[in-house]
Amino acid sequence: MNNPGGATPEAAVLARALTVVRGGRRVVRELDFAVARGTVTGLLGPSGCGKTTLMRAVVGAQARVTGRIDVLGLPAGSASLRARIGYVTQAPSVYPDLTARQNLDYYAAVLGVRGHRRGAEVERVLGEVDLAEYGATLTGRLSGGQRSRASLAVALLGSPELLVLDEPTVGLDPVLRRDLWNLFHRLAAERGVTLLVSSHVMDEADRCQRLLLMRDGRLLADDTPDGLRAGTGTADIESAFLHLVDTDRAAPKEG
Amino acid sequence: MARTEDPDPGADPGADPGTATTVGTDTGRAAPSGAGHLASVLATARRVLRQLSHDPRTVAQLLAVPVLLLVLLYYVFDADRRAFSTVGASLLGIFPMITMFLVTSIATLRERSSGTLERLLTMPLGKGELIAGYALAFGGLATVQASIATATAVWLLDLDIAGSPWLLLVVAVLNALLGMALGLFVSAFAATEFQAVQFFPAVIVPQILLCGLFVPRDEMQPVLGAISDVLPLSYSVDGMTEVVTHAEVTGDYLRDVAVVAAVAAAVLAVGAATLRRRTA
Repeated sequence: MNNPGGATPEAAVLARALTVVRGGRRVVRELDFAVARGTVTGLLGPSGCGKTTLMRAVVGAQARVTGRIDVLGLPAGSASLRARIGYVTQAPSVYPDLTARQNLDYYAAVLGVRGHRRGAEVERVLGEVDLAEYGATLTGRLSGGQRSRASLAVALLGSPELLVLDEPTVGLDPVLRRDLWNLFHRLAAERGVTLLVSSHVMDEADRCQRLLLMRDGRLLADDTPDGLRAGTGTADIESAFLHLVDTDRAAPKEG
Repeated sequence: MARTEDPDPGADPGADPGTATTVGTDTGRAAPSGAGHLASVLATARRVLRQLSHDPRTVAQLLAVPVLLLVLLYYVFDADRRAFSTVGASLLGIFPMITMFLVTSIATLRERSSGTLERLLTMPLGKGELIAGYALAFGGLATVQASIATATAVWLLDLDIAGSPWLLLVVAVLNALLGMALGLFVSAFAATEFQAVQFFPAVIVPQILLCGLFVPRDEMQPVLGAISDVLPLSYSVDGMTEVVTHAEVTGDYLRDVAVVAAVAAAVLAVGAATLRRRTA
């Protein structure tokens, strides 16, 4: 196993008292959690709850982070992690004035995929996100869903060990959404990839092996979907979330 | 299959000042590979040129507009051919700076706002490699632009220069890099393309007014003369004038070229510092 850090930690992501300050406000507050390797973990919560900030902290793009956050056994943001993490932002980060194939070719080159392997790699990821027939289209001319899949394809290049995906299935039709979730599980099962996938759609929760429920920068729950339903005595994740919010409000405030 | 390790050396001195934690210290760096860095630079340059290739109108404008302006200038100075040589040579240095300033400030602003920069900086790409890639692509484009403009001026419009046209070309390309460096730098202070374009009158026009094109620099009011002495475009225009008036390479020309190159390199380095791996 490629592990320049030396240690063999069990967790792909480990956070202890993780706090992020933005604009004078603590948008991520004292989070403690661990994401097991080779699993699909969902990060669920309403828009604005701090999901994106947390993900940016994991990939090392977030400033003003305090506490501890280790990724693949190294402090988040370590230079040697950059080749081992695939990150997809909410807005598709591809060049609209390049074709999908040219975008992937560039990012693959940046990741160090050289020579003829690069062409094969580009075709592989285009196939995985079902975009092969649009490879020669400028990404600026693709539909919103196609463009976000092109952006997702970039993250799949070069077999990363950890995929951090910020709302990758927004705006996609149900068939594509199912296909992508199947792809995520295949990556985890067959290649041992760890996936941290955010969504504000609660009905995607059951597609994850484990859930982190977030609200107002704090973790309401860290459990399996079944565990959540059983623990809250509810039938679906949305009700479980509401139950947790109500319990949280009723509890006396600390600090 | 693991991704090829290709971390950047020295481009990112650990955590940003704003990050007061254990987070973000660069540990576990592998030895940098020279071939990998060069490959990233070339890949970036090719990517920038491919983007331009999908925008032929911009390329045509970049190449044709300087030529058309020179032709216009030729007829403006219909009665005074000597003045055309001096002003024309100066403009050959100013055009590449203007165009590269505009192109770079918009291009880097787009990288910043579209998320592509953030994505690149989470990848094993050095900031220096990104900037060198841009410099290579835009520098190449500027060389083509300046070559066409210089050839037109010297052979078609009988621009009367004592020295070699190659010397004009050197200054023009350095000016392009200077414009690029300034564009990269100001893009850090612009939130929108409107704001980025407004930096042109703020940053470039004063340099054009004070570079000696309108009033010889030694005849300027002393305060303005002193300001003109610290603006890089003044040295480009002085260098161009040296080529117009001297057959051989003069010491002044070499000094001017060195000043423009040094300022361009310094501003590029400052511009690189505005590319942050960690942002709020």
